[in-house]
Amino acid sequence: MKLLTHNMLTSKCLKGVLVGYPLKIEVQDLRICEVNCNLDFLIRVIPRIDYPVLYTAMETLGYANDLPSEKPEDYQTNEEFLKKLHHALFEIEIINGNLLCPETGRKFPINDGIPNMLLNEDET
Amino acid sequence: MPNRPEHLGPPELFYNDVEAVKYTNNSRIIDIQMRMSERAFELLLLPKDKVCLLLDIGCGSGLSGSVLENKGHYWLGIDISSAMLNIGVHRKIIGDTMLVDMGQGMPFKTASFDGAISISALQWLCNIDNNKYVLRKRLDIFFSTLFATLSRSARAVFQFYPENDDQINIITTAATRAGFFGGIMIDFPNSKSAKKVFLVIMTSTSMISPEYSRKDHVITKTLTTRKRTNKTMITKLRKNRILEKKERNRRKGKFVKTDSKYSGRKRKNQF
Ligand SMILES: C[S@@+](CC[C@H](N)C(=O)[O-])C[C@H]1O[C@@H](n2cnc3c(N)ncnc32)[C@H](O)[C@@H]1O
Repeated sequence: MKLLTHNMLTSKCLKGVLVGYPLKIEVQDLRICEVNCNLDFLIRVIPRIDYPVLYTAMETLGYANDLPSEKPEDYQTNEEFLKKLHHALFEIEIINGNLLCPETGRKFPINDGIPNMLLNEDET
Repeated sequence: MPNRPEHLGPPELFYNDVEAVKYTNNSRIIDIQMRMSERAFELLLLPKDKVCLLLDIGCGSGLSGSVLENKGHYWLGIDISSAMLNIGVHRKIIGDTMLVDMGQGMPFKTASFDGAISISALQWLCNIDNNKYVLRKRLDIFFSTLFATLSRSARAVFQFYPENDDQINIITTAATRAGFFGGIMIDFPNSKSAKKVFLVIMTSTSMISPEYSRKDHVITKTLTTRKRTNKTMITKLRKNRILEKKERNRRKGKFVKTDSKYSGRKRKNQF
């Protein structure tokens, strides 16, 4: 699971959960894999990214130094920043670990890179 | 689909490791899925010059998603079968996939996606224990959370295998209840083997009237919007408004005629 996905995921489908965002991360295995950078797309998704959530996720994974804590004002043209952002969103993959609902603590396991968001019947 | 696999059991059991491999390596299946995905993509009417973030619902092993990828877009996929998703991971698809039961809702924050496709998955949602109440609830949860997770001028295109007209009705009504506009579109309606049914829905009306580029299709049914104003309701609204106004004037001490059952009614035409 890439951090772009983490930035979109919520646990609001759980009964009684209002926002369910952001999900906390517990990591067991990480992998870095190079992905071609698509600048157009990157710039287009920035407004949809919750930047503080992305930064906190990087911190949790131990990569706080690889991303500025705040989004620069010239983010659309700042190449150095865009490179770092691309790396953070697309190149770091959580292979095994857990996602945790911020309101209930419910664990969603990540196995082989695939988060399991299935709910039990009594949770919907 | 001669014998409907949805009748054989729940999808997460039907698409087990064996079936998932068979499915993904069958060249006939690959060919059909790709062609339907291409068509669904066409019907999404995405802006030509923009790379989009798309959702593939019931993405399976990623055949449909790979079409989105080939068109230069980025996608996330959800599916209820871990066997299908595992094959996808090993085929190195770009998008991330997640185990999600669409009947439990879309686990994404609002306005995340520019569009969604779903190829040969929606009919599965209609086959749970034949319990009408559960079915309606799951469809409602699915469509309302999908609506929320799409951007404000997005489309979702579903190719599916409806079992009968009743099922089409149940699905389109649920989509309408969730706020979607759009309808059912059928390619090659007169051919038994080539006929393909699509549900094309959108989050805003401004995008209705697409230029469907093919000759061999019919649009059978357009979703009607929910707010139908009926006559008695209009009369009631008008009456309430008048009664309120009279009440206000009465409080101000003005002379007001007494209320009666005729208040707010239209006068009969005299001529
Ligand atoms: C015929 S396959 C199509 C897969 C892929 N879209 C393709 O074109 O190759 C149908 C898929 O729908 C999935 N599915 C069925 N019910 C589902 C549900 N409730 N939620 C999510 N996925 C579901 C199945 O697991 C299966 O992978």
